[in-house]
Amino acid sequence: MAARAAGELTTGLADPVVTATRILRAFGDQTVLDGVDLRIGRGEVVALLGGSGSGKSTLLRILAGLDSGATGEVSTRGRTGVVFQEHRLLPWKRVTDNIALGLRGSDVPGRTAAALAEVGLADRGRAWPAELSGGQAQRVALARALVREPDILLLDEPFAALDALNRLRMQALFGRLRAEHGFAALLVTHDVDEALLLADRTLVLEDGRIVEDTAVTLPHPRAADHPGFGDLRRNLLTRLRVPTSPDES
Amino acid sequence: MTADVRAPALPAERTRSARGDRPRRSPGPRRWRRAVTPVLIVVLWEGAARLGILPPEKLSPPSDVLSVGLRLTLDGTLGLHLLHSLLRAFVGLAVGGVLGLALGALAGLIRLGDDLVDPTVQMARMLPHLGLVPLLLIWVGIGEPLKISLVALGAFFPIYLNTYTGIRGIDERLVEAARTCGLSAAARVRHVVLPGALPSLFLGVRLAFGAGWLSLVVGEQVNAETGIGFLMMEARDFSQTDVVVLGLLIYALLGMLSDFGLRVAERRALAWRQGLQAS
Repeated sequence: MAARAAGELTTGLADPVVTATRILRAFGDQTVLDGVDLRIGRGEVVALLGGSGSGKSTLLRILAGLDSGATGEVSTRGRTGVVFQEHRLLPWKRVTDNIALGLRGSDVPGRTAAALAEVGLADRGRAWPAELSGGQAQRVALARALVREPDILLLDEPFAALDALNRLRMQALFGRLRAEHGFAALLVTHDVDEALLLADRTLVLEDGRIVEDTAVTLPHPRAADHPGFGDLRRNLLTRLRVPTSPDES
Repeated sequence: MTADVRAPALPAERTRSARGDRPRRSPGPRRWRRAVTPVLIVVLWEGAARLGILPPEKLSPPSDVLSVGLRLTLDGTLGLHLLHSLLRAFVGLAVGGVLGLALGALAGLIRLGDDLVDPTVQMARMLPHLGLVPLLLIWVGIGEPLKISLVALGAFFPIYLNTYTGIRGIDERLVEAARTCGLSAAARVRHVVLPGALPSLFLGVRLAFGAGWLSLVVGEQVNAETGIGFLMMEARDFSQTDVVVLGLLIYALLGMLSDFGLRVAERRALAWRQGLQAS
């Protein structure tokens, strides 16, 4: 597997922030995850793709420590931040207090304000979550995860509920923040373009197993019209059993 | 080739201006219009009494009720009875409210508490608590404990039920998000569960006040020696219709004032909901 070797070279897999081995999860008699092994290196962005119901979100929840019904071993090193598909801000706390939720250490107000400024909402700290648009709320959710200075950021289809323009803005923001902070990330997504724009490595989950593990070696900043992007995209779509041209369907 | 599978660009972030643009009628004229009917009723009532259509021993005119109210206020009688009624209401609401809150939280937060407490309370709730008066008379006698336990019983159930459903109705996803922020179980209760249950709790308190006043009316008519209810029963014995109507008026005012106060407190405590309701 040449692709995998390249991935290990570019991202320090010798020093993983997440190691999961033989993850099994069943709901009733339906097996959702059937022995998943996963390692994420320090600073590595991994996109996890798969059809709906393939267990992507289940795997992310297990890594986030939100699912106690799974077997297997999960070890994460350092701090973890989670961003969900919905913003999940507490409606009764102002934006600033949502970001500062459970935050310890020195200068909490300063760090909160800095995180809010980083997502471009420096002036919205006093707002209630209900007063924000969908895109703004998701930015705040991102700031809430970032302010904890995570070593690994777990994102569960974080941009899927946004409209197309906002999704592009958020993807650009994510790329910039990642370049600045160097956190590792597991990005659960069903958007092949998003995976290829942001990730160092793409995984495809099918029937409870990881069936594809490909390094994305395109140079940053990436764009959908870069040479090489189309091939990767076609490969991934084929792997996800999506016809790549209308004639095939 | 790389056909773009994305949908054509949608309008950017939905702005909130849409709801600010909606023309809003000023509340001024409407507020006055809403006062028309009550004022008209009072005027007709007074007029009918003056014209002799309404016999004063059946229903005293508003002017008589006001003057007797003034007289009883000036000689201190009304103040004393009102104080006793308020004390009973306060103690009863406090006892019933604290018990309802504590048991509701116990049943809402802890599974064992749910199993041990909730089925029993749900059964007891079916008892009409005002029907317990004969039994309470045997248990606690005819004194203050009777009035206070009636008010407490009236207040207990709405507060228990709304605390319980408020806690049960919390969006589990918010609790999860708080967990990912590193909040301990106690901190999750404080920052997520309690504020999330607060709207429901406020509803419970408002219902409890209603039930509390009702219980007080009944309780004070059972062998009391003070209180608004006693004032009314005594007036009935002497056919003082104006004092009876005055008592009713005071009960109504107490209910209205407490409800108004609670609504103001609710609007302050739940300021975050205003944006939510408008959007």
